[in-house]
Amino acid sequence: MSDWIEIGKLDDIPPRGARCVNTPMGRIAVFRTGTDEVYAIEDRCPHQGGPLSQGIVHGAQVTCPLHNWVFSLETGLAQGADEGAVRTFALKSDGERILMDASMMMAVAAE
Amino acid sequence: MTQKLVVIGAGMASGRMLEHLFEAAPAAFDVTLYGAEPRGNYNRIMLSPVLAGEKTYDEIVTHNADWYAANGVDCRFGETVTKIDRKAKTVSSAEGEMSYDKLVIATGSAPFIIPVAGKDLPGVMAFRDLDDVNAMTAAAGSPGAKAVVIGGGLLGLEAAAALRSRGMEVVVLHLMGHLMERQLDPAAGYLLQKELEGRGIKIHCKAQTKAILGENRAEAVLLEDGTIYPADLVVMAVGIRPETRIAVDSGLYVERGIVINDQMVTSDPDILSVGECVEHENVCYGLVAPLYDMAKVAAKTLVKQDAAFRPVETATQLKVTGVNLYSAGDFAEAEDREEIVLRDASAGIYKRLVLKENRILGAVLYGETTDGSWFFDMLKKGTDVAEMRDTLIFGQAYQGGGQLDPMAAVAALSDDAEICGCNGVCKGKIVGTITEKGLTSLDDVRAHTKASNSCGTCTGLVEQLMALTLGDTYNPAAVQPMCGCTDLGHDDVRRLIKAKGLKTIPAVMQELEWKTSCGCAKCRPALNYYLVADWPDEYADDYQSRFINERVHANIQKDGTYSVVPRMWGGVTSSTELRAIADVVDKFNIRTVKVTGGQRIDMLGIKKEDLPAVWEDLGKAGFVSGHAYAKGLRTVKTCVGSDWCRFGTQDSTGLGIRIEKFMWGSWTPAKVKMAVSGCPRNCAEATCKDVGVICVDSGYEIHFAGAAGLDIKGTEKLGLVKTEDEALEVIVALTQMYREQGHYLERIYKWAKRIGYDEVRRQILENKEKRNAYYDRFVFSQKFAQVDPWSERVSGKDKHEFKPMAELGFPQAAE
Repeated sequence: MSDWIEIGKLDDIPPRGARCVNTPMGRIAVFRTGTDEVYAIEDRCPHQGGPLSQGIVHGAQVTCPLHNWVFSLETGLAQGADEGAVRTFALKSDGERILMDASMMMAVAAE
Repeated sequence: MTQKLVVIGAGMASGRMLEHLFEAAPAAFDVTLYGAEPRGNYNRIMLSPVLAGEKTYDEIVTHNADWYAANGVDCRFGETVTKIDRKAKTVSSAEGEMSYDKLVIATGSAPFIIPVAGKDLPGVMAFRDLDDVNAMTAAAGSPGAKAVVIGGGLLGLEAAAALRSRGMEVVVLHLMGHLMERQLDPAAGYLLQKELEGRGIKIHCKAQTKAILGENRAEAVLLEDGTIYPADLVVMAVGIRPETRIAVDSGLYVERGIVINDQMVTSDPDILSVGECVEHENVCYGLVAPLYDMAKVAAKTLVKQDAAFRPVETATQLKVTGVNLYSAGDFAEAEDREEIVLRDASAGIYKRLVLKENRILGAVLYGETTDGSWFFDMLKKGTDVAEMRDTLIFGQAYQGGGQLDPMAAVAALSDDAEICGCNGVCKGKIVGTITEKGLTSLDDVRAHTKASNSCGTCTGLVEQLMALTLGDTYNPAAVQPMCGCTDLGHDDVRRLIKAKGLKTIPAVMQELEWKTSCGCAKCRPALNYYLVADWPDEYADDYQSRFINERVHANIQKDGTYSVVPRMWGGVTSSTELRAIADVVDKFNIRTVKVTGGQRIDMLGIKKEDLPAVWEDLGKAGFVSGHAYAKGLRTVKTCVGSDWCRFGTQDSTGLGIRIEKFMWGSWTPAKVKMAVSGCPRNCAEATCKDVGVICVDSGYEIHFAGAAGLDIKGTEKLGLVKTEDEALEVIVALTQMYREQGHYLERIYKWAKRIGYDEVRRQILENKEKRNAYYDRFVFSQKFAQVDPWSERVSGKDKHEFKPMAELGFPQAAE
């Protein structure tokens, strides 16, 4: 069951940038690519906990600001030779509004 | 006739003895084997890797059930022998009696538990057998669990490293002044301590444990000096004592251990003893090599062959992944001894040989241990090393008179020789990956092996390995592309930006046929810099192409908080400034305040959301950003110069402040650090800076291209100028030349070496016209660059950076 909650507007996020959403389960990074797609992943690099929201966004990827691991925003998988993954969260757009599926966060919390 | 042999203790010594025995005389004995542990013989020295999770128990089993069955051994595991009746020649356990013709006691040793209050609390354990390992593994499983390891010897450190690698917070308490004092000298002990501390293990030497605190289980360890370390787990690894109880009870001659002769026979001719429980010529042994020797002798004695145990030199290696440490023999200093020492601090290598009359007595190797066995071999054989003394310390690869060819040296390294210390990558892994994945470039090797991917000091070695593996197909001279997004190198890109008049990142990518839609984290910051430097008035800085530090004007720390360093011009401050900093520290509860190497003050641990408010307060006191995060002008260090110093020749402080006020805010290919010293005594350390000035009576010596980081390099002298104005002009022109030609992230010393020091002198000192042109271009660009980024953000610029977009709460889940 999905539970869509508004987290903000597209214009709140700079193109090729990110903003954070604080949740009881930790920070989630919400990205906007150069072509205005939006993605949400957990804001924590599996390597050493770097805040991925602070990284450089290129295509549908982000480079961690601490040690340059690169992650796909679509799949959450580490790119290149690094191995690892971050959790991804479903988003949908309703006009300018960005909605996040809160039920997924609940699923995380229940684990 | 088959005799009855009973063995008490199923450890490594008796296991090895049985192997030898069955080999020499398969049917001579009918064997019963008692073991207190409910399992057969396993390689106890590999318990550390099991604890670290690098090996499983199954991998370290040395004798399995099949082996015992095949040799007809009657196994009594989990059954403790409680009594020996020497008259009746029987042993008793809870299960009953067993008679023997020959008896071997191999009860090993017991961990020494220091007699302090709380030693019996649950949570306090030794590190001796698999049950201990299982208990520790379980304790490490709960998040945030803390361990205190008492004892900084071999065993304690292996336990500490293993527990740390399982995520525990670990403190090691060691009674002596340095770690592993029985195997290491203080210098190697120090290197080891640094290494372990680097992994987050806290080391407390000269620590006298007073008590273990806790109500129902261990909660903390209290030291004599009053220090308290919280602990969910306390591991005692202070040492072992021979386990001799049963021998004492049966009236055998026992001192510290069960006393044996050279044939391993005790004071009773039908009873032998081997392993850590024995004492031979007043010595008890705890390392495996002599125990194996004992096993061999005992087996021969049992089948009535001649054999004698002789004390042997033993070598020690620490089994902590990534720590290379080897020690052997006797390395105490004495008058008739000489030593050969090799130190390479940056590579973390320390080697020390102790010689007496041209023979090796002892060896301590840290960081590079491949020659350990070679040295040890000569130590044991008493080889005369007079002929190779000069090159002895460099190791086996350098013997034989040949000139030191670096390629040959790399070729001679063993497969497990560590190449990249940062990431713990060995030669075999690099060579294997190059071959297996068909890698041809340094970047590929970095991506796949992580070697040379962190500090880069091993890059030369990695390139040699690539040349060695790939032969002629490796061509390092080919232009290195900026990144995977283009085939063009930095020089080509810079040239084409100017030639084609490219003024935006999309324009560069379009015109220069970038292979990706919007670049990557390597090329975007580089392009952004090139455009800022080349078109200062026209280019709109792309903040999304800057690294986080330059985007939020603070330094990100490992925990995601930031540090803030305001400018202190020339390192000079005042009571007002210090008071303002103190107020900010108090108001924002700033955890760490640190004086930097560049003569200013760093405030660490600031939350991103707090940055604008911190800056606002600092701004009110007149502070601007120190750009401690920038590829740009950082600091200008100064000494007090002619204002105060009796040796000062010029106003070095004033010149430093003038340079800093003139140049702050400018972006450069990599960070730029400067210094001005008031006399050649050089208290501001100007001769290892990107640009440095040494004041002399006749004027100002301008230096450049120094380094004191990953590389250490003294500066080159650019020339002498007579006035302060000229000094400023030369420094500004030099910096502008670097700004226009340097590759992104290339420091001045690398740039200057690439284009030639003389070329820099020609353009900056000798060609007045060029110098003026550089100077003018710098001044022009400063019109746009010299804006305090902090006050801009206090006034609201980029405010989205400092606030979360949304706060979501789930009351039902937030508990």
